[in-house]
Amino acid sequence: MIQADLNIILPEILLAIFAMLALLGAVYTSKDKSAPMLTWGTAAVFLAVAAWIGINGEGVNTAFGGMFNDDAFARFAKIIILVSAAAVLVMGQEYMTRRGMLRFEYPILVTLSVVGMMVMVSAGDLMALYMGLELQSLALYVVASIRRDSVKSTEAGLKYFVLGALSSGLLLFGASLVYGFAGTTLFSGIIAAAGEGHAPIGLLIGLTLVASGLAFKVSAVPFHMWTPDVYEGSPTPVTAFFATAPKMAAMGLFARVLHDAFGGVVGDWQQIIALLSVLSMFLGAVAAIGQTNIKRLMAYSSIAHMGYALMGLAAGTAFGVQALLIYMAIYVTMSVGTFAFILTMEKDGQPVTDISALNMYAKREPGKALAVLILMFSLAGVPPLVGFFGKLYVLRAAYEAGLAWLAVLGVIASVIGAFYYLRIVYYMYFGEEGEALDKGKSPVLWVMLMGSAAIMLVGVVNLFGIEAPALVAAETLLR
Amino acid sequence: MNDSLLSLVTFIPALAAAILAIFLRGEEAAAQRNAKWVAMVATVITFLVSLFILVEFDPSNTGFQFVEERDWLLGMKYKMGVDGISVLFVMLTTFMMPLVIAASWKVETRVKEYMIAFLLLETLMLGVFMALDLVLFYLFFEAGLIPMFLIIGIWGGANRIYASFKFFLYTFLGSVLMLVAMVAMFSDAGTTDIPTLMSHEFASESFSILGIHILGGMQTLLFLAFFASFAVKMPMWPVHTWLPDAHVQAPTAGSVVLAAILLKMGGYGFLRFSLPMFPVGAEVMTDFVLWMSAIAIVYTSLVALVQEDMKKLIAYSSVAHMGYVTMGIFAANQQGIDGAIFQMISHGFISGALFLCVGVIYDRMHTREIDAYGGLVTRMPAYALIFMFFTMANVGLPGTSGFVGEFLTLMGIFQVNTWVALVATSGVILSAAYALWLYRRVVFGDLIKESLKTISDMSAREKWIFAPLVAMTLILGVYPALVTDIIGPSVENLISNYHAALGSASEGAHQMASH
Repeated sequence: MIQADLNIILPEILLAIFAMLALLGAVYTSKDKSAPMLTWGTAAVFLAVAAWIGINGEGVNTAFGGMFNDDAFARFAKIIILVSAAAVLVMGQEYMTRRGMLRFEYPILVTLSVVGMMVMVSAGDLMALYMGLELQSLALYVVASIRRDSVKSTEAGLKYFVLGALSSGLLLFGASLVYGFAGTTLFSGIIAAAGEGHAPIGLLIGLTLVASGLAFKVSAVPFHMWTPDVYEGSPTPVTAFFATAPKMAAMGLFARVLHDAFGGVVGDWQQIIALLSVLSMFLGAVAAIGQTNIKRLMAYSSIAHMGYALMGLAAGTAFGVQALLIYMAIYVTMSVGTFAFILTMEKDGQPVTDISALNMYAKREPGKALAVLILMFSLAGVPPLVGFFGKLYVLRAAYEAGLAWLAVLGVIASVIGAFYYLRIVYYMYFGEEGEALDKGKSPVLWVMLMGSAAIMLVGVVNLFGIEAPALVAAETLLR
Repeated sequence: MNDSLLSLVTFIPALAAAILAIFLRGEEAAAQRNAKWVAMVATVITFLVSLFILVEFDPSNTGFQFVEERDWLLGMKYKMGVDGISVLFVMLTTFMMPLVIAASWKVETRVKEYMIAFLLLETLMLGVFMALDLVLFYLFFEAGLIPMFLIIGIWGGANRIYASFKFFLYTFLGSVLMLVAMVAMFSDAGTTDIPTLMSHEFASESFSILGIHILGGMQTLLFLAFFASFAVKMPMWPVHTWLPDAHVQAPTAGSVVLAAILLKMGGYGFLRFSLPMFPVGAEVMTDFVLWMSAIAIVYTSLVALVQEDMKKLIAYSSVAHMGYVTMGIFAANQQGIDGAIFQMISHGFISGALFLCVGVIYDRMHTREIDAYGGLVTRMPAYALIFMFFTMANVGLPGTSGFVGEFLTLMGIFQVNTWVALVATSGVILSAAYALWLYRRVVFGDLIKESLKTISDMSAREKWIFAPLVAMTLILGVYPALVTDIIGPSVENLISNYHAALGSASEGAHQMASH
């Protein structure tokens, strides 16, 4: 029995062992000197684990009496988490090395947080949920303030920690209420206790608090306040990481809790999620208009995108979950490309984050400017770029679930949001002649940027076949 | 070859754009010349290949022809095809694009990007007229905004930033509502196949939302969502304000494409979606649309009278002419819709030519202000002749294609709503007023301005650009059957389906009431 359990959770165990071995190895040998190699090695391990999960994973397996699920949904999310984490690690390596920020702890902390994320999306129990979430969060708090001598980075880490602790508190309080009223922490037990139609009032309060805690993690309005500051203050490679894997993990966890534990009472949480979705879309669209710092701008952009992803979740159907997964996969790919570009924004070796520095970028670097143009239109959801299909899926999910008003508000917010993506295009293509940014030298960043833009363009053919696996994943969640 | 002829025509320009983007390097004169020639050859080849469509097209067949179909995402299909309504728009596009490229021969800044933008735009415009899948249509329809945004923003005039943003956001807001409506149709009918949707009956029982009684129910809502998009694109009064800005700021070639082809997408949309798919909704909204069109004709003609910028004047005249189109379409009879399509095709040639006329003197004097000109006839006789010809065509002089379209639409509307016809006919007089006055101020009078004394007449290249446009305007003017023979059967089919659907819907309502 125990061996079968361990077999199911083997990828997570191996990753954790890898992190600890790497820690020991680095401490006893060369410390920070081996950090670049360790970063690449970690990325390779992530990719290997992702391939392993992708090829070997089959069926629905549960371990430890239902605390841990290995199903198509978890595998889909894990592959996105691992691949995006690998991409982001590799992207930031050169940037961090040059600034003396690349300590050997960085890839190790990222690995640990990835283990936490993998547990999150597999959680079948409130305890497992909390363990995964905290492992992920604690590692992220440290990573946010990895630049110890920078006030902003430290501030970012502290803010993230304080607000994150608050949200964990909310979530724990909610979890204890749920436990009190359901008599079990297992999702399968909770769904039975909640029944069909409407949940008892105690469970309902618990559900609301758990949802609030999770909304913190996906930075949905009104729990978004930490996002712009943390995005701005953290070193850019870390921001890139925040914008990708943790978002996918938190969304995956959100979907799992709502469907696995409260799938019978969709009507009870639908309004909550729909409201979070509307507020996020509008605040993300409106607040970004005034931003001049591209990292803050991307923070608001991510808030708006989480709003769209939540629209899929609000539908409360298998199609909605499928839409959510597709949306997140697309969003993560766009983010990787966009942050690869932000990492190349330097003047005299110093990072630049002001968007007016992009003036006439297209004249100096037409290839990269074109890639960014594609990414911006994709983020804005203009066809034929892949970002549009993400929106199409969630709109359809929302409409079919009877949330036509949500779909209409969503597209109106997308028009407002289009303005600031266009503004970046405007600076690059129509702006005034200004001081030039440095020529980017890093081939890794170039590949990431171009690859991401190419995916946005070529994906129109069939979205790289992501539709079918996402459907399988969504259906296992709603079994 | 018939299997993928449409895809071939659509994607030749995109292929040329890809070749330019990947293989053409450098900023030198040679690279610039190559870019122009690649674009020219590509658009000419596209036109020649598209002639096969016209030759092989069977007007008596009212269904879709040259249909090709492949599986795509989410149960959607990549499906292309043309019928009598769309085939001439395809031809208009492929016909105009070589002229547009030729008119851009003097562009010197970022030539490669310029040509890529126009080639991509051609692919997207052709796709709009051929798409037989709802989402595929939306994809082409919306994607056209990207190159046009760049064309206005990069190669436009002094106030180009404002114009490009206004253009993009205005049209984007219009079409996202259409997207929601498409999603609703997809859920309701379970398919995005346009021919299937045309025969699908969407619910038309009235209901109330938030206390507002909605006559025609679902169909009216869907109609309004599509209307938001097409009315902005057309553009109809009062959502036309982006057009004068976009026209004034866009480079000459951009204005030509905008006036000749992009505006037609709105009218095409009405014919392809609004009438056949939501007949009840269209019926409910008919009076509203007719009066909006009549107001547009009179109001924008009056506005055109007081313009001081030539391009702005022609832009307002375009809005007025599009008023005839919407009026003809919603008259929903043979003359009206025949006339509307005819008017769109003819307006494509005439307004395109008028913007080219402005471009000719703008290239020389770098101003579009009417007051800066006067007495051009003494230095530019050939120009004066051509400008005169298109001014008359714009006014609707019998013998030019402009007359046929206006006359048919007015005849169509007269049978449906005499009052609207009465108001709209006054637009004919107003259009003569503003067009002739413009002509007088620019071409006649004494040549007193110092700067104009050395102006040169049109070059051979410029004359050759106008030649095909003059020919088409004349041919269609004296022998309109060329167009009406092709569109006639499809239009007839559209109208009989429309009235049949209305009949069955009202019958259903009666049965509901009697129970």
